[in-house]
Amino acid sequence: MRVFKAAAAVTAAGLVLAACGSDDGGDGGSGSADEPVELTFQTLAWQTASIKANEQIVKTWNEENPDIQVELLQGDWNNVHDQLVTSFEGGTAPDVFHYESTTLLDFSDRGNVLDLSEYLSDGIREDIRQGAWDTVTYDDGVYGVPFLQESQVVFANKAVVDKAGIELPTIEDPWTWDEFAAAAQKLTTENRYGAVFPLKSPANRVLNLGRNFGADYFSDPSGDAKAVFGDAEAEVPQRIHEMIYTDETASPDGVGMSSSDALPAFFDGQYALLPGAIWLRQQLTEQAPDGFEWITLPALEGDSQQQGAVAQTLSVSASTEHPEEAVQFIEYFLNAENQVKLAAGDWLLPTSQEAAKSPRLNDEATGWDVATATADNLEMAPFQQVKGFEEWKSKIANPALQEYFSDEISIEELGTKLTEDGNEILERYQR
Amino acid sequence: MNRRRPAVTSLKYLALVTYLIFLAFPLFWLISTSLKTPQEIALIDPTMIPREITFDNFTTAFSEQPIVRSILNTTLVAGASCVLTVLLSIPAAYVMARYRSTLSRATLVWVLLSQIFPFILVIIPLFLLLRDFGLYDTYIGLITVYVVWSMPFALWMLRSYVATIPYELEEAASMDGASKARTIKDIVAPLLAPGVVAAGLFAFVSAWNEFMFALVLIRSPEQQTLSLTLVKFIGAEGVARLGPLAAASLVATVPSLIFFAIMQRRLTGGLLGGAVKS
Repeated sequence: MRVFKAAAAVTAAGLVLAACGSDDGGDGGSGSADEPVELTFQTLAWQTASIKANEQIVKTWNEENPDIQVELLQGDWNNVHDQLVTSFEGGTAPDVFHYESTTLLDFSDRGNVLDLSEYLSDGIREDIRQGAWDTVTYDDGVYGVPFLQESQVVFANKAVVDKAGIELPTIEDPWTWDEFAAAAQKLTTENRYGAVFPLKSPANRVLNLGRNFGADYFSDPSGDAKAVFGDAEAEVPQRIHEMIYTDETASPDGVGMSSSDALPAFFDGQYALLPGAIWLRQQLTEQAPDGFEWITLPALEGDSQQQGAVAQTLSVSASTEHPEEAVQFIEYFLNAENQVKLAAGDWLLPTSQEAAKSPRLNDEATGWDVATATADNLEMAPFQQVKGFEEWKSKIANPALQEYFSDEISIEELGTKLTEDGNEILERYQR
Repeated sequence: MNRRRPAVTSLKYLALVTYLIFLAFPLFWLISTSLKTPQEIALIDPTMIPREITFDNFTTAFSEQPIVRSILNTTLVAGASCVLTVLLSIPAAYVMARYRSTLSRATLVWVLLSQIFPFILVIIPLFLLLRDFGLYDTYIGLITVYVVWSMPFALWMLRSYVATIPYELEEAASMDGASKARTIKDIVAPLLAPGVVAAGLFAFVSAWNEFMFALVLIRSPEQQTLSLTLVKFIGAEGVARLGPLAAASLVATVPSLIFFAIMQRRLTGGLLGGAVKS
């Protein structure tokens, strides 16, 4: 019991200290004549370089703007949705928060995020690509400032493709899907698959790449959206399926893998080509064994090289007391110079056209030149405007696509699940 | 029989060693991963012992996230939850075990019923309550929630322990002139030690590992607990930075291991052997 008593005493003392040191939970300062305006900014940065960039930008802002002080809070990607929803309901949301464009429609419907259209300057409107603005604009309201986007490219084991005498595509002359399939065929041996498609959560990737063939997957996405599945929508899943089960040039193991899961076997030479998002370059750089050479190949071309893309965004909470100051901070945080740092830190595309010209984001050795070249082909994914898309994706699309890629259902059955089952969900959101 | 005994003993030890390996392997793997380079972590054939030992993961973990601060916060929150849970549960468990009234039975049923509410059902009302009481983003608010969350199980466990203590011991103390309070303090409480330790460990570990309440109820970086800090090594699309995550998790495990080491000695039974003639 002596131990117990000691623990009790220590804890009691700790509680007193805790009570003394605890925050009052208040949000933001009053910004009176004597006191600076206080803003809270929740970032989701998690890579070392990105965290440092966030800290450094906020520090510089605070030094240069003594009247508007920003407190940096760190959230995390895996739980940010629950955390934000709760804090919106409770009125404790951060003034400025980092998230992604797919959620803003829902948040704007609930009145959680501020329409920034009357606050944004012409400078930032002109600097950021229109395709990126589209991802945050609903009914003329602008609910965030887009700043990072991901695109899909292809990574290749250089030694293997060189040895096979494969003629590599260039930014000006990218591979078509047929040429990609032919290259995979040529690279497939007894001990190696020509390619692997990581398909753990395939919906986003399939829908975004579907834009190569003009696939919409939804009719009237911003109105009474209905899931549709025609020839264009079938193209990408069918081509991947054929490579896995007909040509046997893509590994079936990819069905259960995330992109990161595929890396060990890619490094081991078991896969020659790895289609993936541009952020995977960070892991390739960090994890590739000594002597392993990888190269970034341009995005594949169907009828076009267009890809659907969402954007990471900074938004302002509707409950903020200082909307003008919050937007001032966002415009500083996302100026071209800072976007270079943020994009480099997360290995993603900046939405700033000025930032995209930076030599740092056009380096050939790390595939930045190829990644940056995809920017012009990014367009707002139509699904982003569909109310109920997230539920459709998690309950219908991801499971159905996985069944199809596991060769358990046919392409017709996939279409039926995506449309008939899917529309039951979408109808609920339209009542 | 004698000839079989060495074989049986050997098998028992073999089973014990196998079980120990089974239990210790995750910890071993955590240590091994924390000392590997990113290249070695991504090998297709994972290595048990790092080929090249690096402490970079620890450096990264400590430089990027306030690990020490989070450990201190978690120790305070878990320690306080543990002590308060036990202190509040002992008298309640005593009353419920010794005084069989309608109220006591109703309380017991309510304690059981309270366990069936999924936490997601209570998280937003709790959040609103704490905010209205000015306890949002405070240790006290989080500790209160943890105590309330752990108490039903602790209460149930301690009630069973109290029920096993022969009432004759209390009667004997009473006959020797001890007051009720003194009887509980000097007779019942020491005999409850294993139960108190078990309930305390449960409350401590629950609070140490808890994530969702902390996520919703704590905002300030300086008040964040370990689970909130560790998850920051996992990024978009569930991609984890395994090296720094393993290093931080390893460091985070140490205080709870020490706590276990101190407390487990108290987890001994048989204190009541021969206390009364049956």
